[in-house]
Amino acid sequence: MLKYFNSILIILLLALIGGCSGNKATSQNNLYYDVGERQGIERLVDAFIQRIGQDETILPYFAKSSVSHFRAGFIEHFCDVVGGPCQYQGDTMKDIHTGMSINEASFNRIVELLILAMEDVDISYPVQNRILARLALLRSEVIHI
Amino acid sequence: MIPTLSTAKGKILATPGVAQVEGAGGGGLVPWAQLAGYASEDEIALSAFCTQATVSDFKLNSCGAQVNLYDRVEVSFAQQNFDVDPLSLTLSQNIIGLKLRLYGDLIYSSWPQLSLGLQHKSIADNDIAYALGAKEDSGTDVYLAASKLHLGLLAGYNVLWNTSIRYTKANEMGLLGFGGPTESGALQLEASVAVLLNKHIAIGTEYRQKPDNLGLKESDWRDVFIAWFPNKHINLTLAYVDLGTIAAVPEQTGWYLSLSGSY
Repeated sequence: MLKYFNSILIILLLALIGGCSGNKATSQNNLYYDVGERQGIERLVDAFIQRIGQDETILPYFAKSSVSHFRAGFIEHFCDVVGGPCQYQGDTMKDIHTGMSINEASFNRIVELLILAMEDVDISYPVQNRILARLALLRSEVIHI
Repeated sequence: MIPTLSTAKGKILATPGVAQVEGAGGGGLVPWAQLAGYASEDEIALSAFCTQATVSDFKLNSCGAQVNLYDRVEVSFAQQNFDVDPLSLTLSQNIIGLKLRLYGDLIYSSWPQLSLGLQHKSIADNDIAYALGAKEDSGTDVYLAASKLHLGLLAGYNVLWNTSIRYTKANEMGLLGFGGPTESGALQLEASVAVLLNKHIAIGTEYRQKPDNLGLKESDWRDVFIAWFPNKHINLTLAYVDLGTIAAVPEQTGWYLSLSGSY
């Protein structure tokens, strides 16, 4: 009986892998297109800013920031990270976050707000995860500095 | 000043896993490297669970609790009651667990998260265990667990795996005592794989190797599970388990249901 269930699970996993390789042409550099290009990124960043504005844990970290400066910088940086035709030339992640002493819980809270924002603008779960996989690499330049 | 008590929520939903049948944070059968509850580096999490597994001729009830201190140390307790239908009796044992996170973060570190744990078990009544040939009525398992969550690995879906290696003398987890005529302590391999279908639901499978110290054809354990995380306070897990042969009674398959709460 369990072997039967295991087989179903393996088939499911294979189907997922199959789906993965089938999408390869559009999955690597075209994360930018999956987010909806420039317009999609702008909508996402606006939703993200909304979410931050409503969050009492995270909002204080932005006490000294200008919303328009953050918006422009985040759009450019995000576009770069998802492989879009942009080259982020603003301050490095390290420079921006130095002195903010962001702990693990706050970092994860920001990740959750970004996930909520991605849901707000109907970015699919698999695309959300691929975006997070890229952003996760930047964690060491953001946290505990 | 009144101290404020806030809930531990510094981890991403579902990433701590569920309650393991021996009380540790983990999968259902296998202890994982993650610590129970959502505590991050400066938080404390309290969790409690109850699990029931019903197979053809046996029923296991396990309830317990875990404290997670700063995502560094997990202290757990579980009480197991094991109904042996053919003999109309119940075997019980208590398990005190300790787990130390040695390295890493499930999601963000380049190498898997690594934890060292132990489970000290003692059975309430040793008559059955000794009659079957067990040497002791208490024992301590020691395990090393490695876990990693890969974001978007399978067509955008997150994949989590855990492998544990455990030194144990326990017969059927300890319910039938420790050691026996054919063997004593040995290393056993355990593994789990899960895929998150969305941020609330994970499906997966587990495998747990077990010794056969009593010569009763004790089997390795397997399951397939679905776990639901509606929020960071509640988890419900349903599994189909194949426990093989227990005390020479073959074909023990059935259902496993577990509810846990976290604060």
